[in-house]
Amino acid sequence: MPLVLSVRGAAKRYGAVQALGGADLDLRAGEVVALVGDNGAGKSTLVKVVSGAVTSDSGTITFEGRPVRIGRPQDAQALGITTVFQDLALCENLDVVANLYLGTEARHYGVLGEIPMERRARDLLTSLDVKISDVRAPVAALSGGQRQSVAIARALLGEPKVVILDEPTAALGVEQTAQVLALIGRLRDRGLAVLLISHNLADVRQVSDRIVVLRLGRNAGTFETRAVSQETVVAAITGAGA
Amino acid sequence: MTVSESATSSDSPGQPPAVPGQSPAAPGRPPAPPTPPAPRRGVLDAATDRLRRGDLGSLPVAVGLVLIAVVFSSLNSHFLAPENLTNLALQMAATGTIALGIVLVLLLGEIDLSAGSVSGLCAVVMTLLAVHHGWTPALAVLGALVTGAVIGLIHGLMRTKLSMPSFVVTLAGLIGWEGLMLFLLGDEGTINLPFDRGIARLSDTWLPPWLGWLLVVLLVGAHLAATLVTRRLRGRAGLSTLGVGWVAVRSAGLAVLLAAAVLVLNSDRGVPLTLVIFGGLVVVLDLVLRRTVFGRRMYAVGGNAEASRRAGINITQVRIMAFMGSAMLAAVGGILAASRLAAVNQSSGGSDILLNAIAAAVIGGTSLFGGRGRTYAALLGILVIQSITNGMLLLNVNSSVRFMVTGFVLAVAVAIDSLARRGAADGVR
Repeated sequence: MPLVLSVRGAAKRYGAVQALGGADLDLRAGEVVALVGDNGAGKSTLVKVVSGAVTSDSGTITFEGRPVRIGRPQDAQALGITTVFQDLALCENLDVVANLYLGTEARHYGVLGEIPMERRARDLLTSLDVKISDVRAPVAALSGGQRQSVAIARALLGEPKVVILDEPTAALGVEQTAQVLALIGRLRDRGLAVLLISHNLADVRQVSDRIVVLRLGRNAGTFETRAVSQETVVAAITGAGA
Repeated sequence: MTVSESATSSDSPGQPPAVPGQSPAAPGRPPAPPTPPAPRRGVLDAATDRLRRGDLGSLPVAVGLVLIAVVFSSLNSHFLAPENLTNLALQMAATGTIALGIVLVLLLGEIDLSAGSVSGLCAVVMTLLAVHHGWTPALAVLGALVTGAVIGLIHGLMRTKLSMPSFVVTLAGLIGWEGLMLFLLGDEGTINLPFDRGIARLSDTWLPPWLGWLLVVLLVGAHLAATLVTRRLRGRAGLSTLGVGWVAVRSAGLAVLLAAAVLVLNSDRGVPLTLVIFGGLVVVLDLVLRRTVFGRRMYAVGGNAEASRRAGINITQVRIMAFMGSAMLAAVGGILAASRLAAVNQSSGGSDILLNAIAAAVIGGTSLFGGRGRTYAALLGILVIQSITNGMLLLNVNSSVRFMVTGFVLAVAVAIDSLARRGAADGVR
């Protein structure tokens, strides 16, 4: 599968703290990569480097074979790297359609194009197999899993190549977690490169193709999910095997 | 009730049902969906959904209005007489327009405490321009509106560029703009508007009966046409549509309501022009808020400012526009009040105008926390407050009692809303 994004030797220091000490990351099209590690292992910092929220002190990023510089979130967006943060950033008072097209509303001389928006929203959600009975219901009336699905669907509207999901199943129950994991699987089927940040190894094992472990700001192992045991991953996370 | 009910449901006319057999989409592009038979969902389903979410809409206000009408008309048969209802319409236009501005800022989760003072100041500016400087009425009104816009711009800049809480910004405005108004009035204290022409005629102008009826026909016709066109377009796009029966019921309801109002008003002096101005502002602003990109962004910023900012919305601009809108509507309200009084004086925009305007917006169902509410809230809320005031005056009740009753109604209105929402939240989670 073609390599989409490749990070080499990313380092970031916050004052006295070395948050990242030269981490590598490869993302391929049609592959779900899980980024795991203990608190403070550098997961968030690495994600921020890729999504443009912070700039790394050193290291290189290659996107589709070309060296690129991601200095701002807009740079990442322009390349086709989109991030769904944990807080989702949805307007709970607005309906699903309005949230999907927030900031990019279909319009005709300033008047909302509700019909094309609703139609495209419905088609998009159907193609992702997201079940929302009423796309005109306010997001406040949706379940946690449905909200996560709406946030992910919104990220897809920009036709990205890389989707970064920050703890997408964190606050969800069993059934809703299953919904979201199924949705992540469908992102892979669409040929997207997916980076999943998660604390939950059960979720990671279920949905990912590869597991990248960070420890103390450095790579502590990369595993094929099918071929690795949970103990090996845990050992890499805690450093017990070293 | 029918007006707001039908209008509320127009933007949530139904839902496409989850069709299980239709889901397995080929990976990659979404398939061109086979145009399914336009799904139709019961209007009642949508309504019960809303109720389950604790969204009572304007139901409590409508019930409250009926209660008020029953109570006062049983105590004084004159309450529902055409003459008194016409007076009611005249009384509520000015404060109602100010309440409309309050709705705009409340939608963003902000507040405008200066609306009363600004209405007084702008009315004085208009009167000075017209009486002392000999401007034509239209130009004087324009001058007052520009004054309002500038004041709103100042408020908005203080809120956004200086990050001051809107409570403080507009509290300073409440005091400061009243001071400026008193300064402009000078020693005179009162300036009379010539009551037989120009601005004062505004509130003594009545539509001839045929024009009132024409207005009803045009409004109902426009509503029906818009609904049918939308229905047709949605059906063609394979989206859910309203049932024909429901469309008929809604339009008929609107027609009955408007016809009743015109019938009553025509049997006295006719439809007052000030009511047409106020009602027109309510309808136009509602369309702007619900049908335009600008309105969508008002609701978005009010619902979640951070999410809106991340979605690329210029929230500074939206906030400034809301404060400008509020101040300009306050100016219109001040002009209507001055027209009715045929004068401005030191109490213009003072006493309980601001408090009634805020109370009206809240009683009508606008949330203080932003993102929820419609312009019809101003209309319904001011109708409640003015009915109580009017009824109490008819009964010759002291204003002490009137204040207590109004305060009680405000508290009850907000309590019902909170309880409904809490109940819904408990039920869902």
